[in-house]
Order: sequence, then structure tokens, then C-alpha cells
Amino acid sequence: MPATLSAPLRLDQLPEQQWALVTDITVPPHGPDRELVLRLVELGFVPGERLRIVAEGIAGRDPLAVRVGHTTFALRKHEASFILVEPLP
Amino acid sequence: MPLTSLAFPAHIALLGNPNCGKTALFNLLTGSRQKVANYAGVTVERKEGTLRTAGGRRVKVLDLPGAYSLNALSNDEAVTRDVITGHSAEAVLDLLVCVTDATNLRLHLRMVLEARQLGLPMVVALNKMDRAKKLGIRIDVERLAQELGVPVIATVSIQANGAQELLAALDKPLARRTASTWKAPDLDDVRTTQHTVQRIFRAAIQEPTVDADPSERIDRVIMHPFWGLLILGVVLFVTFISVFSVGAWLSGYIELATAWVAALVETSMADGLLRGLVVEGIIGGVGGVFVFLPQILILFLFILALEASGYLPRAAFLLDKPMSRAGLSGRSFIPLLSSFACAIPGIMATRSISNWRDRLTTIMIAPLMACSARIPVYTLLIAALFPGEPLEATLLMIGLYVLGIVCAMAVAWVMKRSSGSRQHSVLLMELPSYQWPDLRSLAIGLYERAMIFLKRVGTIILALTIIMWALYTIPSPRAHAEGTPIQNSLAGEIGRALNVVFAPIGFNEHISIALVPGMAAREVVVSSLGLVYAMEGNEAEVGTQLEAHIAREWSLATKLSLLLWIVFAPQCLSTFVTVKRETNSWKYMWLMGGYLFALAYLASLFTYQLTTYLTAH
Repeated sequence: MPATLSAPLRLDQLPEQQWALVTDITVPPHGPDRELVLRLVELGFVPGERLRIVAEGIAGRDPLAVRVGHTTFALRKHEASFILVEPLP
Repeated sequence: MPLTSLAFPAHIALLGNPNCGKTALFNLLTGSRQKVANYAGVTVERKEGTLRTAGGRRVKVLDLPGAYSLNALSNDEAVTRDVITGHSAEAVLDLLVCVTDATNLRLHLRMVLEARQLGLPMVVALNKMDRAKKLGIRIDVERLAQELGVPVIATVSIQANGAQELLAALDKPLARRTASTWKAPDLDDVRTTQHTVQRIFRAAIQEPTVDADPSERIDRVIMHPFWGLLILGVVLFVTFISVFSVGAWLSGYIELATAWVAALVETSMADGLLRGLVVEGIIGGVGGVFVFLPQILILFLFILALEASGYLPRAAFLLDKPMSRAGLSGRSFIPLLSSFACAIPGIMATRSISNWRDRLTTIMIAPLMACSARIPVYTLLIAALFPGEPLEATLLMIGLYVLGIVCAMAVAWVMKRSSGSRQHSVLLMELPSYQWPDLRSLAIGLYERAMIFLKRVGTIILALTIIMWALYTIPSPRAHAEGTPIQNSLAGEIGRALNVVFAPIGFNEHISIALVPGMAAREVVVSSLGLVYAMEGNEAEVGTQLEAHIAREWSLATKLSLLLWIVFAPQCLSTFVTVKRETNSWKYMWLMGGYLFALAYLASLFTYQLTTYLTAH
């Protein structure tokens, strides 16, 4: 993993249009959020993937449109908060 | 491998992520030879068709519901999982065709690896190969096949000969194998699979350094908080203007055709009961419903084209926040938009909402979207309210649409409040790359929608029309010599009984009678009113004259009250049947009927009493 100076952020804290690398996924111990996280990993939110927020909702940055690989996903802030990222210089 | 069980594939299934072009490929393979139904016991659409291989053999193809994973999160995905793991009533699959989007293999390869573990005979279709080439994505097909351990075949589902190689591959005999037991992968398994995907991707695919997909650039405008909403407004405006202008123009021809057929029957049949049934009952009633087929189809043409182009999910994204305030999610947008054509396909489209509460709320408010069946009633009443004043008429029409939407949001908000659920509802939705809609799939989609509608016309509405005609024609046992035929009919009897309920909201006997069939299908209200007046002997007042009659004879309060009634009232039997089927619950069906009736009655009562008071003072 490339060394960067910036601390990891939650995806919902990443500024719009800023490229970043996925560093980790927060895994809740159980419940519906665990299913959600499993799905996020299946969709390609895995460490090492490059992503960027390409659009934000009308009010309060919610939802977020996130480009990862060749796919764009719409995530609500809550869904994005499980993904930890590191902004790329 | 034992050589005993080599056989030509007879049953194959298409498996793939949503948006991989799977259905377009299915349409290309099977053409019009397809059958749409539901999977046993669930409200998931089952599409099966027959294809002819290059060698001329017939093969049955099942188009499985799109799934991101066999770890099912939705009913669609659960069906797909059950079919391919052999836990369903479906025939054993001889071959699994795993359809992938060549421009998006990073996402789609994982499903291939997951399905491969089942051990079924499998080929991978690399769909949208033309687009991958255009975007400069270079795929080493041989290497990919070698890494995956299964044949890989390029397809282009939007070209007439785009599946030739795949059809040729189906002429090869395969070893029969059944699926090995499937175990739901856990997080670690998924991570391991994703590592393999990353490795295979690096080995077999070369991407250009600059992303040539214009989607991101388009999104900067389309999903912009200001410009995006403006564009959405324009798109919806153009859609509805087309429905009204082009739709009304085409409807005119259907009206002409109906009148021509009716005249033809009238001259060729002897006067009598049977002729009455055919002309007034069947042709009049069914023709009156056919009239808005163009409007439904134009709205669906727009919806299907916007969906296929990738625009509608963006609209859902833009509207997610405002809709979540009312307890809905952006995913409710497409079903609700469809409900403007007809609530039935709208309610069926809620299947894509994975959260049950969101889905239920969307189903409950779908009938408040002004469906095309309301248009003739609105048009008639508005024309009677504002004769020769097109501006006022248009504004009132828009007002009725807005009223439905506003009340739907209020109902959704109340439902959210009363459920008290604190669980986060999930949006997680793919925004697929923009593309030109595939004309073949558009035509097939439109044809399916038209058939849903025509089946209703052919069954429920036809039956109702005949029953209504009978009620109008059969004299009541208590008939008086002096009353008009309609007052003396069974329908007149029913109308008088209902009038006790409807008098406080300003409906006269005629309206009450016409509302009886309207309860089952609101589109027949106009033809029923026509029938009521025709049976009264005012033959000349039917048709365009009905409007003049209403303008002259009904009070302002009655006209407004009936308008409000049509906005809210539970008036469609087929919708109720659909709600029962989709929610698998009588409770929600009655709940919907009850709240719509209460809303309609209160709104009409308020309007009627207030207008009566204001016009009297």
C-alpha cells in the first residue's frame, strides 16, 4: 500500500471529485448492516480499489454517487460510512 | 469424466448482474418466442423462450432475474439462487450462460467465479464487446477462458448477428452434471474471490489510461443539484406533453374506429336486446377504454427508453433525499412514474425496492398518481367547468395531478410516522453507464405493457360493461309505469340506494349509478354516464353532448366534488387484485381501499359543502 500522509477517512467524509483508495471496510458484528457490508464488498468496495465521488444529492451530501472501477453506485451516507478510504495525492 | 452422459443442451439459463444486457441478449436469442409469467409462489417475473441453434435444434432459455450475488438480498436474487442451485421446481439446467458486461468485468467477473463453484456446465458470454472495443478496453479472451476454466464467447446483444458464436457453441454435446451443494459464502470467502477477480482482471484485461466512458462527464450535468433537477423537470414536462398531445391525437382515430364499428353493427343487426348489448354494452364500453391505450403506450415508451438509457436511476438519485423526507426512497420514483400510466405495472415495478416498508408505502400511494384512466373523466368535467377556456382547463388539470402527488407524499409521511421503524433503509443502487436504448427490447417491453392493459379490457372491463348494461336494461320488480327506463331498472334501484351515501357529497342518482361500475374500473365512468343519459332518452346528449349536459345541469359544487372523488376514490378492481397478489395479504388490500375511500369522501364532502355555501352567499 502506498504511503500517504493523510489519515483514513470514511467515504462519506471524502470531498467530491477527490480520487481515493479503499483501505478497509468496517464490519458490523451482525444484523442488517452486516449483510449490507457483505454486498458492498461483493460490488467491488475492496481494499486497493480506486474510487471517487462523482455527484452528491441535493441537500446535505446525501446520497452520494460513487465511481468504483467502471461502475457508479448511489449510496446513502449511512451505506458509505462503512467504507474507509485514503485520498490520493 | 465418464462418457456415458454426453448430451446436447436442451435447457439453458442466462445468469448475470443487472445491467449486463442479459435481457437484450435473451430478446436477441429468442425473438418473439417468449413467455412471461411468475415463478411459482413468488411475485418474480419468469421469462422463458425458445431459441434455434446454428444447427437448427430448439433449446429452452430461461432469463433469470438479474442478481449481483447468490447471497440474495432481494426476492429476484433468491429466485435466481434457488434455480441454479437446484432448489426450485424448474427443470435441471444443462448449461449456465453467465452473461457479463465486457466494459464492466471488474464487477461482473465475481459472479462468474461464484457460479463456477456450482460445477454446472457453463459458458461466459462477454456481452457489449462492441462497446468495450470503442472504449479501448482490450480483453485477451483466450487468457480469460484459461483463467476461468470455462469457454468465453463474445456477444453483441444489440446486433442482429451478435450471438452467432454463442448459438454455434450450443451445438456441442456437454457432460451432464448437476449442481454441487451451495453454501452461502461469508465475508472472508467473498474477499478471497475478489482477490482472484483482481488477479484475473490484471492478467487478461488492459484498460486505457484515460477512462473513455462519457458517463462521468454526462453525470456532472445530469446529477448536478441545480441543472440536474432542471433537466428532470424538462424531461417530465416533455413526457407528459407528449402523452396529452400525441396521445389525444391517436385516441381520436380510435374513437372514429369505434363509432364506425358501432354504426356497421347497427345497420347490419336487427333492432333488439342483442343489438343493444353489442352496440351500447360491448362496443361502447370496450371502445371507451381502448381510447387511452395510446396515452398509456406513449408514457411507457418514454419510461422504457429513459430506463434503458440509464437516465431513470439518475432521476431516482436526484429525488432520493426529498423522497426520503416523506418516508420513501429514490427507488420509489420509477414505480410511481409508471403509475401515471397505470397503477398495476407501477405496483409490479415496486419489486425492485428491497426494503419491505418502503415497498409497501410505495404500493399504498401508487393509486394516488393520476393514471391515464382518469384522463377522460377529468377532461369531461374540466371541459364542462371551463368551456372554451383552455388556460384555466390546463391549470386545473395540472392542479389535479399535483394534488394527487402532494396527498401521496402526505400519506407516505403518515405511514412512516406510524410504523416507527428506526431501521436504516438502504438505497445502494447501480447507476449504469449511459447507452442508446435497444429498439428490439423497447418494442418487446412496450408490447408486454400493452398486453397487460388489453387483457384487462378483454376480461374485467368487458365483463363489467356487460353486467352494467344488463343492470340498466333489466326492469326492477318495483317498476312504475311513469318513471323513465333507467329509473325503473335495477341500476336505478341501486343508484337510489347509494344516493343515501352520496347525496351529502352532491352526487345525483345518475352519478351514483355511473359510479357503481366505476368502483371496478374508473375508465368506464364516462361511458356509464353516457349510458345513463342515453337510456333516459336523451340520445342526442351522449358523446360530445354529455359535456354540454353536465355544464348545464350539474351545479358547480357537484362538478368539483366529482373531480375530487375521481382523484382519490378506490376505483379499480384490478389494482386491488394486484395489491393482494404483490403483498400476499388481504389486510393491505382492504387498508388501501379503506383509506382511499375515506380520503375521497372527506375531500368531496368538504369541497361540496364549502362550494355550496360560497355559491349561496
